[in-house]
Order: sequence, then structure tokens, then C-alpha cells
Amino acid sequence: MTVLMTAPTRRRPRRPPPAGSGRARGLAVSRALLWPALATSIVLTQIPFVLTIYYSLQRWNMLRPGDRGFTGLDNYVSVLSDGSFLSSLGATVAVTGSSVVLSTLLGMLFAVLLDRSFLGRGVARTLMITPFLVMPAAAALVWKWSIFDAATGMANWGLGLVGLPPVAWNTELPMVTIIVVLTWQYTPFAMLILLAGLQAQNKDVLEAAAVDGAGALRTFGSITLPHLRQYVEIAVLLASIMLLQVFDPIAIMTRGTGGTKTLSYLLYERAFIGLEVGEAAAYGVMTVLVTIVVASVALRTLFKVFSTEGVGR
Amino acid sequence: MMLTKTVRRKAAPAGAAAAALALALTACAGAGGGGDSDPAAEGGGTVELTLATVNNPQMKDMEELKSAFEEEHPDIKVNFVQMEENDLRDAVTKDVATDGGQYDIVTVGSYEVPIWAGNGWLTDLTGDLESDADYDVDDLFEPVKDALTVDDSLYAVPFYGESSMLMYNKELLDEAGVTMPEHPTWQEVADIARQVDSDDVDGICLRGKPGWGEVFAPLTTVVQTFGGSWYDDQWNAQVDSPEFAEAVQFYVDLVEDAGEADPVSTGFTECLNNVSQGRSAMWVDATVAAGLLEDPESSQVAGKMGYAHAPVVETEESGWLWSWNLAIPETTQNRDAAVEFVKWATSKEYHQLVGTELGWSRVPPGARNSTYEIPEYEEAAASFAPITRDIMLAVNPEQPGVAPQAWTGIQYVTIPEFQDLGNQVSQDLADVFAGRSELAPVLERAQELAQEAGDAQK
Repeated sequence: MTVLMTAPTRRRPRRPPPAGSGRARGLAVSRALLWPALATSIVLTQIPFVLTIYYSLQRWNMLRPGDRGFTGLDNYVSVLSDGSFLSSLGATVAVTGSSVVLSTLLGMLFAVLLDRSFLGRGVARTLMITPFLVMPAAAALVWKWSIFDAATGMANWGLGLVGLPPVAWNTELPMVTIIVVLTWQYTPFAMLILLAGLQAQNKDVLEAAAVDGAGALRTFGSITLPHLRQYVEIAVLLASIMLLQVFDPIAIMTRGTGGTKTLSYLLYERAFIGLEVGEAAAYGVMTVLVTIVVASVALRTLFKVFSTEGVGR
Repeated sequence: MMLTKTVRRKAAPAGAAAAALALALTACAGAGGGGDSDPAAEGGGTVELTLATVNNPQMKDMEELKSAFEEEHPDIKVNFVQMEENDLRDAVTKDVATDGGQYDIVTVGSYEVPIWAGNGWLTDLTGDLESDADYDVDDLFEPVKDALTVDDSLYAVPFYGESSMLMYNKELLDEAGVTMPEHPTWQEVADIARQVDSDDVDGICLRGKPGWGEVFAPLTTVVQTFGGSWYDDQWNAQVDSPEFAEAVQFYVDLVEDAGEADPVSTGFTECLNNVSQGRSAMWVDATVAAGLLEDPESSQVAGKMGYAHAPVVETEESGWLWSWNLAIPETTQNRDAAVEFVKWATSKEYHQLVGTELGWSRVPPGARNSTYEIPEYEEAAASFAPITRDIMLAVNPEQPGVAPQAWTGIQYVTIPEFQDLGNQVSQDLADVFAGRSELAPVLERAQELAQEAGDAQK
């Protein structure tokens, strides 16, 4: 950890400072170039966010258009006093966390397998990537009808082959159902990133390891894994961001029952079934706050642990 | 190497901010977006109508036959957007409530029509329909039409209407040596279901899918015939009454003992699948299902089904009353063309067209008196048409239960809060189906939610 903290200072390139006027002009140009992107992102993200805050202070049920007005922090009070926010937060962490971890582990396994050359490797790679390319809603429907159907689904058929009793997936194991579908869909994503990492490995180092008599496991643990660290981080980060917003399988398969009511599904329910615009906006704002805190504290800590292990090797 | 490290360390907070903003956007889309929708593109004098509809088979028939309308009206094109019941309700409510204007014609259930009409969201169709003698507006079923009328103005036209009844597979019941009375009680039905239930065949299929329009359509009628209700006539919530609990417990136990394996996945479509493939012996659901079960092309049990009145306990009848209706939102840019299509799709000629093109058992039922006088329909639907008409005339939406109520409607409470209330309670009920929770705490919470919604009506 200390090594990492001091490293940038020690290795910072010591270039002579550029001449005053040239530097100022360079900065001005850089800033000007930044503006279009900045303006677009403000329009697309900050204005809606401010509007959401405005709506969250309103009393507004869409089915009662006459009864609308400023209500102060009432919506926030009901968000915090109602238990559904915390339980939904728990569901989000559980669903996202397990799916990301499983996807990354499986993705790693498949990436290692695909990193070897064998006949039909291109075909195999394409097939492996397919789940990620299927539309989430279509994937959820396929899983619901062909695989998890209690009477005719392949999952229960498979269980029957080994003599196990059939399972009513969406009723009895809603959490497992959702995590399986999400893992299926995001494993290829993790696999792609990790495969890129594997293929960027320096072959000389691997050869040297082989010459030194390191076996496959030792090479993987001591060379490949540390090399993959930053790719794992990226995969985990991006998958977490995408999975935080997951909606389709929950809406199609479990409808938020049995601990699968994630924050995005809860928001959807408050807005489109409850039709409580104000309350839904308050949930949205709270979600943003929690996400910022969690993301900046938890992810940072997590990655620091990774970094320490990597550097301290 | 150092450079990548520095950049990478900054990536975490940046990613976090991106996630946060994405969530903010999600929230905002719910809050009011809608404004810039996609009004039917008009090119070369052709009007394109967008019709949002529930994906029930009768609506798919309508889509299949729309070319007949387009041939008669070369300047009008109709695009169908088919959605599942829950999704349709959400999508259309959002669009109409936020002035989206995305849809020119919407399918609206009888629950929403009075509420939406009261909000000024639907155009008044009375004049358009009454001025056209060929259309014969008085031919529409009276009880159904009453539910769509607010202050003497008709705001929607029934495409088809339905009640609920018990449908049973005669072969499977015969094998078990049982006969079904024409007016069964729930106790009789439960006994038969448990008797018929085997490894290959479920005794009964009952909806368990969360949603006020899914599980709570049949379940509310069960509650009512057990003597319970959501509210009394003063809007005091009655969910904690012993009758309500008894009815729900009965329903859950019956599904567990003799019902489908995966209740949370099971709604109308799933039950239809099970019954038409002979995997369920009985089914209490919408009367329109009979027409689908009797269609030899899609059903393996055509001709093998028997029909009876919905099971009762303390009331005379326990069928619900529902219609899917076509209505035109105030926000449409193409009202005239939309009226033309609505009239066509609910006309006597359309019923003839369905009969000749697709088969007489597929004519949309429960909308017009004259449908039941078409000889071919009477013949094709002989097993279920008379009982359907009987039930629809026998049910009483003013007081379906044992006690008077403050609203008109059978399997729902006609207040805006009900869809939220029903939805939340039905989700908790999934835990009871799965055995994760007892019924008592679920109903306790439901009582609180119901009282909150009831207080808003006082």
C-alpha cells in the first residue's frame, strides 16, 4: 500500500516547465475542446437530475392530476420510514454482488480455456459470446419458458435425470433464478475482458517461467493472475455498473418477489404501478446518494486490497 | 505502466458517478419524460394509427384481420403494439397521464375507463357511435356498457367482455369417477381437485402471478364469496377480517395441494397452456378462455371440456365482470381515423369477418347481444356460449359480496390506489405461496396499506 502511494512521486517525469504563454494557450485550447462534451453531459445528466430532485419534492400521483403540489420532504420521510428501501438495497447488493462474482469466476475459467489454440476456437468463442448479445428481455423469456418452466423446462428435466425432485424455480428460488440468468448473460462480458488480458501477456515471461520449471498452476498463480488484476478490476467495475440497473429478468420472471426487488425494480414499481411520481423521484435521489457513497468508498477499498496484494507479491 | 496505473485509480470514482447519473436518468424517465413521443408519421396523405393492446389471442386476431380494414380505408394504416397485461397498463397509463400522445387507440380495461374518463384523458365517443345507425350502439351488452359510461357519456367500446367460470376437463374427471355440478361450491371443487391431482396432471390451475390484475382477479372473487371484502361501504379496510384470511388461506392451500407447481410464474396465459395441453384438470378463470380451449388448432382438449358457474360459498354467483375496451386518448392527432377503426373492430361486420376467416369459436364474446344470435356462433360455441351469457347477466357489480360496498366493480376496487395496493399485497402473497412467510403478517401489512388507500377516499 505504501509502495503504491509513494510510487507516483518517485517516478513522476521531471520535465522542464513549459514557457508561460505557450502553456496558457495550450490550456485554453484544451478547455475549449472540452466544452462540447461537458455541455452535452450536463444537458443529458445534470438537468434530469435536478428535475428529479424537483419532482421528489412534489405530491403527484399520475391518476390524480388535480391533486398536485409542493410537499417538502414528505416523500423522503415515507421512503425512509417504509421498509422497502432498505430491503431493496439489500436485494440489489445480493443480486448484483453474486452475479458479478460468479460471472467473473466463470469468465476467468472460460477465458483461460479459450486462450489455448484448438480446432474450432473461433466458433467456440463466438458461441461463448452469444448470451451477452441476446436482448435481456428475450433471454429472460427463453429462460422462463424453456428452462425454468416447472412442468416442461429443461432444468427440471435435468434434475429428473439424476433423480432429483422438480423445483418451482420462480416461486421457491426466485433469487437463484435471477442470479443464474444474469450470470449466464454477463459471463461472456467478463470473459471477453479477461481474454484480452490473457492475450496481452508477455510470452517471454511465460517462456522464462517454463524454463525455470514452473508448472501450469504455478505459472497461473504467480504470473498470469497478478497480470490479470487490472482486467479483473475493470470487468468487476463495468459489470457492477451494468448489473445495478438490471430490470428485465426481474420483471419477466419473479416480479420482485422473494428478495429480488432491486432498487431499479422498486423505482419502476413506485413510478409505473404506484404511479407516485414524487415518491418514485425521492427513491431515485436516495438511490443516487447511496450509490455514490457505496461506489466511492466500497469499490475504492476493494481495489486497494487488490493493489496491495498485487504490489506486495 | 505508471500512466495506466494513475488513470486506472481515477476510474473507480468516475465509474461511480456514471452509475449514479444513469440511475438518476432512470428515475427521471419515470418522472415525466414522455413529452417528445412519436406521433404517427404521416406520409403521402396516409394516416398511421398506433394501437396499444394487450397480447390476448382475440387482439392477435384483430391484428391478423386489420388488412381488411386497411383495404376498405386505403388512407389509414394501423400499427399494433402488443404487450402483456401488466406492461400495457403501465405503458398506457404513463403515456396518457403525461400527455405522451404515442398511441391513437388504446385497449383499456373496465377498471380504468371510469377513472381515466374522470381525469379527462379519453375522448367522448357517444356522438360518433349514436349517429351511425349501422353500428347499432344499443346492441352492446348493457352491464358492460354501464361500466364504461360516466355521466351518460360513453368513453370506450367493449371489444370483448367476460365473466369468470369453472372450466373442467371431462375426460380427466370421468377417469377419476367424479361429476361436476352446474353450480359447484368451492369445497366441492377443492375436493375434486385433490382427488384428480396426480403426478402428471394438476387438479386445478389458479393464477398466482403477482399483480392486481393477475392473482387478485380470481382471488378477490373468492374472498367475496367467502364473505370478505377489501372495504366496507364506508371505506374501512376489511383485509384483517377472518373471512378474508380464510379465503386466501383456502386458495393458497388448494394451489399447494392440487394446483400448478410454480404459482408465481402462473397467470392467465400459463394456465391456458396447462389446461389446453391436458396438464390441468380444472381452471377457474375468464369465460373467454373457453373459446380458446375449444379451438382444435391450438388446444388438445377441444370438445372435452365442461363448463360450470364459478364456485361459490356464501353468495349466489361468484363470477367477475371485465371487458377489454377500445378507447381514444385525448392526445391523439388522428381522432377521425381512430374512430373509424374503433367502430370497425367492434362492429357486427367484424364478428362476421372473424367467424368466416378464423373460425366461429374465435368471435369476441361478451360485447354484443347479436353475437349470441348468429347461428354459426351458437353452433360453434354451443358448449360455453349459453352459460357465458347466463353468468354475465347474473353477476352483480354493485354488490358482488355479502355486504354492500362503496364502489361498482367485482374483482377490483375502482379507485386509483387499488393497482398499487393489489400489486404490493400480491407480491407478499408470493412469499406465502413459497412457504417463506405465514399469511397473518402479510394480511396485517395489507390491512395497513388498504386503510391508507381507503382513507384517501373518505
